[in-house]
Parts: sequence; C-alpha cells; structure tokens
Amino acid sequence: MESIIERISQNKFWPFHGGIHPPEQKTLTSSKPIKQLSLPKQLILPLQQHIGRQGDLLVKVGDKVLKGQALTQSFNPMAVPVHAPTSGIISAIKKSVIAHPSGLSELCLFIDVDGNDTWQERKICQDFTQLSRQQIIIKIADAGIAGMGGAGFPTHIKVNTKPDINFLIINAAECEPYITADDLLICEQSEAIVDGIRILEQLLNPAFILIGIEDNKPQAIKALQHATKTIEKINVCVLPTKYPSGGEKQLIKILTGKEVKSGTLPIHSGIVVQNIATCFAISDAVINDIPLIRRVVTLTGQALQKPQNVWALLGTPVSHLLAQTGFVTENEANETNPPVIMGGPLMGFSILNEQVPIVKTSNCILAPSRIEMPSAFDNNANEVECIRCGQCAEVCPSQLLPQELQWSAKAKDHQQLAKLNLFDCIDCGACAYVCPSQIPLVQYYRIAKAQIRQQQQLDIKAEKAKARFEARKLRLEKEKIAREEKHKKAAAARKATMDKKPADSGSANSAVAAALARVRAKKRANVQRVAGDEEQTKVNESLVSNNEIQDEKTKTTSIEMDDKKAKIAAAVAKAKVKKEQTELLQATSSEKIKTAPAVTDDKKARIVAAIAKAKATAKAKREQQEQKEQLRVASNEEQAQAQEKQPKPSNEESK
Amino acid sequence: MINILIAILVLGTIAALFGALLGYASVRFHVVGDPIVEQLDALLPQTQCGQCGYPGCKPYAQAVANGEAINKCAPGGEETIKKIADLLGVDVEPIDENHEQNSSLGNGPTVAFIIEEDCIGCTKCIQACPVDAILGAAKQMHTILIDECTGCDLCVAPCPVDCIEMRVIPETIQNWQWDLNKIAVKQLN
Amino acid sequence: MAFWIASSPHNHNQTATSALMRLVIYATLPGVFAQWYFFGWGNIIHISLAVMTALTCEFIVLSLRNKKNIRKQLFDGSAILTAVLLGICIPAIAPWWISVIGVTFAIIVVKQLYGGLGHNPFNPAMAAYVMLLISFPLQMTSWQPPLALMTAPVDFANTLSIIFTGFTSEGYSVEQLRTTVDGFTMATPLDTLKTNVGLGFTVFETLENNIFGEHFAFGWEWINFAFLIGGLALIAKKVIAWQTPLSFLFSLFVCSFIAYSISPDSSASTLFHWLSGGCMLGAFFILTDPVTGATSVKGRLIVGALAGLLVYVIRTFGGYPDGVAFAVLLCNMAAPLIDQYSRPRTYGHTLKEHDNEQKGLK
Repeated sequence: MESIIERISQNKFWPFHGGIHPPEQKTLTSSKPIKQLSLPKQLILPLQQHIGRQGDLLVKVGDKVLKGQALTQSFNPMAVPVHAPTSGIISAIKKSVIAHPSGLSELCLFIDVDGNDTWQERKICQDFTQLSRQQIIIKIADAGIAGMGGAGFPTHIKVNTKPDINFLIINAAECEPYITADDLLICEQSEAIVDGIRILEQLLNPAFILIGIEDNKPQAIKALQHATKTIEKINVCVLPTKYPSGGEKQLIKILTGKEVKSGTLPIHSGIVVQNIATCFAISDAVINDIPLIRRVVTLTGQALQKPQNVWALLGTPVSHLLAQTGFVTENEANETNPPVIMGGPLMGFSILNEQVPIVKTSNCILAPSRIEMPSAFDNNANEVECIRCGQCAEVCPSQLLPQELQWSAKAKDHQQLAKLNLFDCIDCGACAYVCPSQIPLVQYYRIAKAQIRQQQQLDIKAEKAKARFEARKLRLEKEKIAREEKHKKAAAARKATMDKKPADSGSANSAVAAALARVRAKKRANVQRVAGDEEQTKVNESLVSNNEIQDEKTKTTSIEMDDKKAKIAAAVAKAKVKKEQTELLQATSSEKIKTAPAVTDDKKARIVAAIAKAKATAKAKREQQEQKEQLRVASNEEQAQAQEKQPKPSNEESK
Repeated sequence: MINILIAILVLGTIAALFGALLGYASVRFHVVGDPIVEQLDALLPQTQCGQCGYPGCKPYAQAVANGEAINKCAPGGEETIKKIADLLGVDVEPIDENHEQNSSLGNGPTVAFIIEEDCIGCTKCIQACPVDAILGAAKQMHTILIDECTGCDLCVAPCPVDCIEMRVIPETIQNWQWDLNKIAVKQLN
Repeated sequence: MAFWIASSPHNHNQTATSALMRLVIYATLPGVFAQWYFFGWGNIIHISLAVMTALTCEFIVLSLRNKKNIRKQLFDGSAILTAVLLGICIPAIAPWWISVIGVTFAIIVVKQLYGGLGHNPFNPAMAAYVMLLISFPLQMTSWQPPLALMTAPVDFANTLSIIFTGFTSEGYSVEQLRTTVDGFTMATPLDTLKTNVGLGFTVFETLENNIFGEHFAFGWEWINFAFLIGGLALIAKKVIAWQTPLSFLFSLFVCSFIAYSISPDSSASTLFHWLSGGCMLGAFFILTDPVTGATSVKGRLIVGALAGLLVYVIRTFGGYPDGVAFAVLLCNMAAPLIDQYSRPRTYGHTLKEHDNEQKGLK
C-alpha cells in the first residue's frame, strides 16, 4: 500500500492500455467563468434521471411548488427523488422526450416558473462533523444526488458501504474533449468541493483519498492543491492527458495499478470512485440543505457564438440554453438538421429536439459545426470494409479486439461475443474514433449488447414458462386422478347405500326433486318481481336508451364485419352477438336501477340480487334462454304501455 | 486345409472379441433418454402455444427428433429454425405458411390483455392458458400476469365475450434496442 | 427544431482506408525509382499495365456484384496497391501478359472471389506472384542484369518493345539481353549464389562474380535500401505496425547469423540476406498488409519471426532462390491461428482466466 502512495507522491502512475488524444477544444470555454442564467419559462423534469427506479409522484397538476421541494419519493433504495429547481406551478404531468439516446418519451413534470424563485424552508448545517453517518446518508438520499459524471448511480448507495475502504478516488479527470464543467467548478468552488470530500471521508473513512485530474487543467490543479494543503490524507494526482483516463476502471488502474475484476464493482476491491461534481452536490446538500436542482453545463461547439459554462437548473430545456449562447445553424438550402450532442463528442448522444431537458447527468451540450466535426453530420455513411489494421485494438482501454468483436456482432454470434468479453467494453468510442474504415464499432457493440441482454431475458422467461407449463401439467394430472378417485369412491358409496337401504332411495329422490322445484319457483318469483318493479317505473326513458344502445351495436358490428376477412367474419359476428346479448342484459338491468329512484331500499336490494343473477345466468345457456323469455315478456308489456303514450320506434329486430 | 482352419479360427476369435467389446461398450456407455429431445426443447421458445400442432414445446421437440418438419414453430420464427437446423445438421427451411405468426399486430412480441370491463368471469381463458398466467375466479374479473404471459394467444379464442386481445409490448428505455435509424427525425416548427 | 441523430462517438480522427493505401503507394516510390535507376523502364511499364488491368478487373467484378458506390471502392487504393506491388516483383523484361494475367488473378480470384477488400485470406500480390512463378517459371526468372552490366543498352522504347514483342527494336531477344559479354546468362544474385553453392563453390568465390557488385548485390542492395526508407517512413506515419518488419528482419538476421557463424563458406552474410531479393519489400510492404496478417501485437511479432525463418529456410534449402512470396503465403495461412492464440488479456481478467478462455475458443 505504501508503495502506491510513494509512487503517487513521485508523480508516477500506472499506464492503462490504449487511449487516444483527440483534439481537446477545451479552450473554447475554459477561460470564461460560469455564467448564471435567467430563469426559463418552463422546466421539464423527467421523473427518472438516474440508474434505478423512478419514485412515486408527490404532487399533482395545479400544485404550487417551492424551490427545493421534493416532487417524488420512494422507499425503494434504488430510487432518488427529484426536486423543484425553482418555484412555480405544476402545469402538466405527461410523457415528453427525455435525455436519452433513444429519443423516447417518458413521464415528465412540467413546471411553469413563477419567477419568484422562492425557497422552501432550509436548515443550514453549521458543522457537519456533528452529524451521524446515518443522518448524512439520509440527507444525501433526500437531496436526490446521483453520480454526476455520466452514469447517474444513486450516490447514497455508493457511500453507504461497509468499512475498510482503501481508496476514495475523486474523479476530476474530465477526459472527454470540449467539456470543462468540472474544471470551472473546481476553480470556482474548490472549498465547497473539499467540504464534500471531507463529508465522504467521514462516511467511508478511507485509508487514502486520491483526486485524479488531467494535466490540461492547470488552474483547477492549483485551486485543488491550495484547498487541500492542510489535509494530509488527500493527494492531488496530476495525470497525463489521455482519453479515457476518466473512465472509472481506467482511473483506478492509473492511480492504484489495480484492475477491477470483470463483473465486479470497484467497491469489491475496497475502492470508491466519486465524481468531483458529485462532491460539490454532496456538500451543498449536507451543509446548505440544497437538493440537487442545478448543475454546471458546458455549452460549447463552434455552432455556438458564445460558448460558455453555465449554471443550469435541472429541467431547463436545451432550447433555452442554446438561445442564451447564440446557436447558429448553417442556413444553406436543403441543409440537413444539425446535430446537438448531450455529453462529449466521444460518449455523448445526439438529442432528438430542443425540448430535451437538462438532467442530473448532463454535463455538456455540444453543438459542433460541420467544419470542426464532419463525422457528426454524416451518420456513419462512410463505413467501408474492415481491413484488420488493428488500430482499434491498439487504442482499446479494455484491451479487447474490436475488429473481431465487430465481425461477431455483425454475424450475431453471441457466444463468440461473450468469449471475446464484449461486456467488458466501456463504450468509450476510442476504437471507432481511430477506425480508418470509419466503422461505427460502438454502435454495433451496443446493438449486440442489447440483443444479448434481451436474449438472456427471453431465455429466463422461456425457462420460467417451461417450469410453469410442467407444473400445470402435473397439477392437471393430479386433479384428474383425484377426480377419478372421488368418482370411484362416490360410486362405491352410492352402491353401498343402495345395497343397504334400497327402501330409502325413493324418499331421497323425492327430497331432491322438491328442492329443485323450490329453487325454480324462487327464481321465477324473482324475475317476476323485477318485471313488476319495472312496471312501476318510467318505462319510456329506458326504452329509448335501449334502442340507442342497440342501434349503435348493430352499426359497429356491421363496420367491423366489413373490415375483417370473410373467413373470420362469421366467428366475430357470433362472438359479437353473444357479447351483445350479455351486454344488453346488463344494460337493461342497470337502466332499471337508474330509472327506479323512487322504490324503497328493500326493493333496490332485490333488484341488485336479480341483476347479479341475470349476469350469472348469462353464462349458462339454457337458463339464459329462459331469462330472455321472461324479459321479452316484460318488455313487451312495457312496449304495450308505451304505445299508449307515444309512437314506438322499432327495435326488436336484433333480438 | 489347416491354413484355412487357422484363418477361420483367428478371424472368428477376433470377431468374437470385438463383438464382446462392442456389446460391453453399448452397455457401459448406454445413454439414458434421448438427449437430442432435451436439446431441441431448450431451443424452442417455451411459449407452449401449440401452434405447431403439438400440445406444448416438449412434444414438438420429441416430434422433431422423430422427423417432423422443423419449420412449425411460429413464435420462435426464423431464429429458432436456424438453431434447430444447426443442431440437427439439416437445411434451414422457411417458416411453414400455416404456422406463420399472425402479423396483423405488427412485429415484436405480444402479450395478452383482458379488457377488464367486458370480462364476465367465465374462467375459460384460465383453463386455456398453458402457463397459468391468468388470474381470476368464477364470476370474478380476470387479469393477465404480464411477466408470465408468453404471448401464445391460446386464450383469445375461448373467450365468449371477446375481451382478450394481443397487444405488442411497448418499447421503453429498458428494452430499447439501440436502433438509431428508427428514430424519426421530424421538423417540429 | 429536430436535430440530427447519429451514433457516438461523434468525432473521428478523419483517417480513411483509402488515405492509408495511398500513403503506402507513395512509400513504394523510392524503391520504384531505384528499380528504374538500376533496371530501366521495365518495372514502371509493368506497374502501369498492372494498375490499368487491376482497375478494369475491379470494376467488372464490383459491377457484377451489384455494389453501390463503385467509384469509391474502385479508388480506395487497394487494387492499385496490389497492382503496384505485383508490378515491382515482376522481372523488368517479362512479357506484358505476365503482369496482366498476374493482376487479373490477384484481383478476381484472390481478392474479389473471397469477398473483396478485407476478406481475402491471402495477400493478392504474393498469391499472384507465386501463381506466375509456378506457371511461367521461364518468364518469371528471366531477370535482366542491372543496366550497367548489360551488353545491349535498353532505353524506354526498347524496353516497351521487348515487353510487348519479346525483341528490342534492334532485334535482341530476352535471352540475348540476359547474356553477358562472356556468354554467361546473368541471374539474380540470389540465384547465382544458390547455383554456385550447389555446385560446390564457396560464398567468397561466388561473390567475385560482378553481379554482386562492390558490396552485396549490385543494384539490389540499393533497391532494398530504398524500400527500407519507404517502409521507415510508413512506420513513422503510423500507417504500418513496426512489429512485423522488426521481428521479420531480426529473425532473418538471427537465422543467417547462426548459419554464417557455423559455416561461413556455404552461407551468405546477414546483410546479404537483408539487402537482396524482395527482403525489404516483403518486410515493409507485403507482410504488413493488415488484411492478411496478424492483428495483435504479439501475433505480429510471431508472424514476422515465422516469415523470417521461412525466408531463410527457403533461400537456403528450398528449390527457389527467393522465398519471400512463399513465406508470406504460409504466414497468411497461419495468421488466423496465430491471432487466435495471441489474444491480449482483457482488462479485469486474470491471466489464468485468459488462458482458459483461449483454450476454450474454437
């Protein structure tokens, strides 16, 4: 362990395999301070902005919310809440395009900003060292903090681990080109960041704290070194600039020389990695009681007139940010849509439209011009055959063989992909960046990964279905045997009784017959009672509505019949008629309830019972017929009455 | 003459020896069951839908092992046919027309859905479901356990009120397949 | 407003396969120039012939395969490079149909029938060279002596004439051109050495022959040197990997050094091996062909070493004076297997796991 620290203090690090040096372009934004933006008119907050599950809504449309108010909550540990970034009114809760490469829509809260920016009540914590571990973790969880580097893993889970953590690594590498959000945050908020690191130290009690930062941020390095001067435990490690040194696994390798075993998390090796922006959010949450409602976003690219870092409220639509920085599109004729990328040029994803909101993991909005990034405009159209030059394998930080993966991915050879360790790919894009054949390698891997995952799920499902099928078969078999057994027993018993008391059988039979007769009589009485009730009610209304229902039914049936194929039409019609009959029964019955407000409770109860019976009988054909006969009699009577008052529309044809 | 006898004797001995060896091997290395059926069964999608004409996947696997056509599994589609062909070392055949998946619903896996207000609680679908994925009791509303439903559509036909329909599983972020070409980019203003 | 959707990474270092191919073609120029200087116009004529044939063949096959964007594929440089390499290898005064047949075979059979660019298991130029060598041994071994040693001067017109008609305008035949004043047919240095050592001469006696010039091999040494320079430029430009040429030359050096130490009389010096025949061309332009070579670092080292050994073995014990083409083809065959067993250990996998994975692979 000492040797690691010795090496680090001598500024010697372990190299990781591969890596690339794309043009950094950080100077576009690194020299300007972080700008405060005016409030947008509307905020769009996706309910889920992290890895895990979304919380349950606490608010409804029309609610007034205050800045910092929690909008969702959940008792699931993998869920983190979202908060109102400013005060306003919930104007809608609906599906909207979210910050995701798929461009799919998910449930979002729309907040109409009132402009007052009124805070909810806050409790500022003067001395966080007085707080217990549990208190801090609850504060972090309640503040909705999820990893701000890119993946968005809930922070309270990451810091709530068992002791014996060797290394707490603070990731300030920011290796992606263009992005300077962490750089500027460190320059301006180094004290708060160090507070955040100390809170983490209190929680995790690591043996060493290493801050990994690339050497292309001299000012941030200076600021960090200054802020951590008094703390022995913290080492600011200045790393040579190379993409992707900010990848979690790569950073661990650089700083400690250890590799995270495939399929395990760094925590299993006693290492916790936190993004530096997350540290700032933690200190804000624990000390100032400010939940995660804003973040630094780098707005950059040559399509912007004034590229700059800004403090953006979560939920700010990209359109608002682009408008503030002077987004210019090349106004050429038949110009294709320009790309706007959320995240860096190597791992970011292009967003669908300007409605996409800033979320907890959005560190950069990149609007490149065609000159600076032509490949962002052409949608991988230049792909040619792989010539096995092996440049991809040279730059792969996971030491995979991208060219072989690519062939297997194209051939959908999932077994071979697994053998080639596809799932150790970190999607960094270094291979596709250097590929002279311009093959969108990462895209192939992502599709293959998604397919493999889906296949695994299908396999699990198939296994489950098989088990359930087998279980069902077994059960049916057992039931059959049991039934046969029962029949046998019953037959034997009957035989025995018959043998024993042949004289009694006559009386038993007559008893059964009597019971049956009783039941039948009761039923008839019930039906007649229903009919009787109807006579007391206003029959006109019920009749008219009956007609309407029936007309509609016939109409829809005929339309559907036109649409469907002749072959299945007959079957459909049969089913429809069947359905209609039952529905009609129900409709008439329910109509009866509505039209009999005057009758006593007693009567009502009886009607309900009758309806229930009517519904049940719908199943049994024979009884249904009988019932219908009864009803027809009843409605004929009704009609007879109605005809006395007004002309009757014909309606009975479908019966 | 003696030479001939010796030759016969030697050959006979050898034949007997090898015969005994083979006999012993067949007893010693006897394979219990027919593993090919198990392997085939593992390739089938286990929807237990019976669209192949057999009551479940295992019986169809058995039938294929006995020479039935390999192209009758509609839910498995071409993928499954390819795998079976690979396993058996036969040619891939296009899926049998009679067993083709009803494509009126569009592509993608489906699950059954009960329109609950129409359900009369007849339990007929429960009896039809091969994997017990329908929950309900007589005269009570039924519902589908989506996670267990294999999309075999065996419950659709028995329903007397036609309240069961097959619905395509909607695309979500979790099951999205990274097909960027499918994202329709359209001008909003 | 809707935005353009594309897959990450959005940036690219803007290299292109065609640009790489072009660079390789440029890098052959010093060698081609040296060939022109010592052997006259023959190779340049053959190269032009070969390029034209290659483009025609490529166009025909791509059209037959209903490929889109034929123009782009036609000028991606791969066919031209194959033609250039073959043109360099063909004897300067070989008849025209040698290069035409060779390139047609290279493009249509070796390259396109196997699936086109990126799918051919064998280096097209070398496969075609071997095919020609076996089918037309006379024409393929009729190397003229360097210009300085020739009895009859051959200018451009004469070379053109001898390539297309078999005779110079003055009426000299190929055979006559190859004959020195003393009436001996000139062969390449490697050929001469092989023949003489076979006849029982020592290497030193053989080297007296003026075909070997002042140093190792008259003309050939400078041609090889020029290819070496071109190759080093390619390595500097990171177009080719350094591992293959290095391990190839090192392996050839070790083999010849051992032999030379044991029996200096019957073995040529290491530098002779390096600077004669197609050694440098093979090391920097043929073996480094990414499509048919190994892809991993370890694999490249192995392939290079194997090729060096094979070249030495074929030169010394085989039936042909030079073995680069055969060695390359044999290495092409072995490359997939070498790749298979030289996969690097993936991050996060222990060496043991890695070994098991390799063994488990098909």
